[in-house]
Amino acid sequence: MYGKGIIKGMGVTLKRFIDTYVDDLKRGKKRYHTAEGIAYRSSAEVSGAFTIQYPEEKALLPEEFRFIPFLVYDVEPDGTKKDRCTACGICAKVCPPQCIWIVRATDPQTGKPSPVSVDFYVDVDICMNCGLCAEFCPFDSIKMDHDYEIAVYDRMKYNIYDKEKLSKSASYYASIRPVNYAREEKARAEAEAAKAARKKAV
Amino acid sequence: MSDIAQATTVPTLEERFSGKLIPETRSGYQGYIVKSENLIEVATTLRDELGYDYLSSVTAVDYLPEDILEVVYHFYKSTGGGALVLKVQTPRNASVVSSLTPLFPGAEFQEREVWDLLGVRFDGHPDLRRILTWEGFAGHPLRKDWKEPFYEGDVKPYDSRWPAGHISRAEDNNPFGSNVQYPQGFDPAAWVAEGDDALYRIMKKAEPDSEAEHLGSEQIIVNFGPQHPSTHGVFRMVVSLDGETIVDLKPVMGYLHRNHEKIAERNTFLMNMPFTDRLDYICSMSNNFGYALAVEKLLNIQVPERAEYIRVIMAELTRLSNHMIAIGTLLNDMGAYFTPMLYYLEERELILDIFEAVSGSRMMCNYFRFGGVVRDLPDGILEKIKPLVFDRFPRTIDELDVYLTQNEVVRARCEGVGVLTPDQAIAFSAAGPTLRASGVPYDIRRADPYSIYDRFDFDVVVGYHGDVYDRYLVRMEEMRQSIRIIQQAVNTIPEGPILQGAPKYQFRVPAGEAYGRVEGPKGELGFYVISNGKGNPWRYHVRAPSFINVTPLTEMCRGGKVADAIITLGSIDIVLGETDR
Amino acid sequence: MPEDLNTPGVEIPPELRGTVTLTTIDRIYNWGRRSSVWPVMFGLACCAIEMICTAASRFDFSRFGMEVMRPSPRQADLLLVSGTVTKKMLPQIVRLYNQMAEPRYVVAMGACASGGGPFKEGYNVVPGIDRYLPVDVYIPGCPPTPQALLNGLITLQKKIDNQSIKDLSWYSKTPDNGIPVPVFGPDIIDPRQNALIFDITHRPVDIAVESESAEKTSGEEA
Repeated sequence: MYGKGIIKGMGVTLKRFIDTYVDDLKRGKKRYHTAEGIAYRSSAEVSGAFTIQYPEEKALLPEEFRFIPFLVYDVEPDGTKKDRCTACGICAKVCPPQCIWIVRATDPQTGKPSPVSVDFYVDVDICMNCGLCAEFCPFDSIKMDHDYEIAVYDRMKYNIYDKEKLSKSASYYASIRPVNYAREEKARAEAEAAKAARKKAV
Repeated sequence: MSDIAQATTVPTLEERFSGKLIPETRSGYQGYIVKSENLIEVATTLRDELGYDYLSSVTAVDYLPEDILEVVYHFYKSTGGGALVLKVQTPRNASVVSSLTPLFPGAEFQEREVWDLLGVRFDGHPDLRRILTWEGFAGHPLRKDWKEPFYEGDVKPYDSRWPAGHISRAEDNNPFGSNVQYPQGFDPAAWVAEGDDALYRIMKKAEPDSEAEHLGSEQIIVNFGPQHPSTHGVFRMVVSLDGETIVDLKPVMGYLHRNHEKIAERNTFLMNMPFTDRLDYICSMSNNFGYALAVEKLLNIQVPERAEYIRVIMAELTRLSNHMIAIGTLLNDMGAYFTPMLYYLEERELILDIFEAVSGSRMMCNYFRFGGVVRDLPDGILEKIKPLVFDRFPRTIDELDVYLTQNEVVRARCEGVGVLTPDQAIAFSAAGPTLRASGVPYDIRRADPYSIYDRFDFDVVVGYHGDVYDRYLVRMEEMRQSIRIIQQAVNTIPEGPILQGAPKYQFRVPAGEAYGRVEGPKGELGFYVISNGKGNPWRYHVRAPSFINVTPLTEMCRGGKVADAIITLGSIDIVLGETDR
Repeated sequence: MPEDLNTPGVEIPPELRGTVTLTTIDRIYNWGRRSSVWPVMFGLACCAIEMICTAASRFDFSRFGMEVMRPSPRQADLLLVSGTVTKKMLPQIVRLYNQMAEPRYVVAMGACASGGGPFKEGYNVVPGIDRYLPVDVYIPGCPPTPQALLNGLITLQKKIDNQSIKDLSWYSKTPDNGIPVPVFGPDIIDPRQNALIFDITHRPVDIAVESESAEKTSGEEA
């Protein structure tokens, strides 16, 4: 019969149409605006409408997700902020579009370079979110952020991020990348222990 | 005994061509050097007698210190095997080479690109105009002594970023506030832009006693694009129409020419990896793969087993993702508007979730490194891939097959449209599904295997009519074959390291050239990388399948209707990031 | 819906609530415009794929009234510049903007449209579309994920909410001749800069410095 192919195809569309409502009825209120609903609608078992209704529901971001970089500072027991960045310049050297600008401090007395950055800029209008800066930082100090809600009205004023805007605490870093944070803290603790053991031996 | 052995020895290529081919002597380089006056003769013999009928890549290199512009040709046999590389060396200030377009029509656009970007003139080329920049552009940009307006230094990293990185925007340092430069003495008010007159003049008109002449109707030239819902990006087709029938069609490109190759010469080898993501932006893992292969040839390093398996899984998932979009947009062009596209995008979102979990980004993955991949698969990701590949994708692809393949409208519109015969396909250097749908079973994963593809059991999908319907069927079946490969790979993936050696960002790559190619979802994606022993490539060229697959578009569309041209373009499946680079 | 339009601070008797709404022209006009912003079906590069994903089922932007993507600029409200703006494409983009009927908005999606992005140093790349078109919202990212794009569109809606009919350019008395279309020359020529170009290229060049600066301010001739 001529037209059989079209009718069979229509059957597929009809099945999907019905599935949308069947799944809504089956899962009821739990399907929307709950964490398990979002997880279900992002999984391979989903059938029916799988829209993630931003901004009321936000899709879960995997840990490796990368957007704009940020600088990590540790908070000392007495409350002071200690930057991890030593202004070594590796991130500025590996950045493919060269969007990282670092001014390294000089010791006012000796005139030698000191491992602190006076200024640290990232030009967000050039950053390509590649993650090479975070990959090669030897001090775990620049990491890729998860925050993507950074649309602005005026780029000249807002889109060069200075050190103030880039710095976020290590606890924030632990909250967005727990597995990486745990692994790095373990490595640090081992390095500290090895250093202490060497000192003791001497 | 020894006489018989001598009589049956196959003469070497050099003896066969009696002095016209001189083997390369530079260390790290392969191939033969030919003089321009012998080029046509050598190429004809290669094609007709020795079976090298597939001219895959035509590019050129500027060796400024030696004052040479070298045009490099890569020939392959359509029955499989490695490359035969020919080079023609010319002086930089008067560079003229015989054109291979009359013999190998697929060289047409590539020679135009070499003329545009490097200034090598091709004698005998039917239409030598600029292709990626516009007529009137000053200079040949890829030459080593041509500096772009935002020039800061010959190679990255630039000294201005550290340790005294006082930030400034590049446009603030340019007197015009933008990256433009003009020759001394230029008067913009007196300038008359040439426009497209040269192009419109060479468009063919209909035959004298055609329908149009009888009816006294006008023949018009219509521009499709660059802003058009059906052109898959900023692509322009200039069409000369006789009523609704196409008399001539000329593609115009360069609307997304982002100077990938010039930027790559400034970047270090590692910095180029995220830029390769942006070439064919739908298949970023495949692009990474090709570039990693090319540089690994230069560095001569092996990739660990687990990394090979991960690479294959990612490459095949990319193929699935690409074919989903390709079929979706083809149906969109046909008028099924967005419905099949939405169904395919639903599946693609699940693949993008895997990419996001593994590499950090849905599309710009930047996942491969020289000697492996950047990080291991996160825990639990294989458990996510398995239900997709064993259950969901086979089921949905079968369902979408029922939905579309036997649909009478699809068949009526696609069968017999945009036909490309096998001889034409090889002559035009078509690659990928476009080539295989014309009956030529050439798939690099089988013809010239790379990575660990020789361990997997899969079929090369071939169609025999060369029309749009066959290209659609080839893509549908290739999705099933990709699923087959991924099923085998996830079951046999071993444990182990994922990167050879420690992660490095500075590579001192030994001098030499390498051509690394992969069977990308759109065709043969090749990277021709030349290193001069330092940390930045001397020359970096991308053999883009989308760019070369557009060459037979005129042949396929001539005589057809306007609507057919649109779906023919859709069936070739181009992506502008790759076409224009 | 009527509750959104209600001007706060004015009391409506309980029996009339739901029937009568007291509002200002601004609020109702802004509500109409922000709820159905129709983009032009126009995508340049990689960001266009994320835009397509935003239009697709998972991150539906028809929930914001935007699923009607018009190929013709005359029927659209929003030029979503998604992808790298190249000099070869620039005249076409400016023409599209000139052809759009007001009210019209421009959103620069992605790093390339905002400020040139990773390709900024290229000779065929325009470092940001805001050199030629007035941009309302910039969305950084390479590419911005669909959620980031939706966030950007919500930011645009907030901007529309705060506009007043008195300040809008399309109700002003001065005629708007559109943006002059750039011309293809040895490099792209912005007609508004003709005088500046003439001035700089006709400055007498110091002979000793000429060979260096000639490479910076002028290109090699074809």
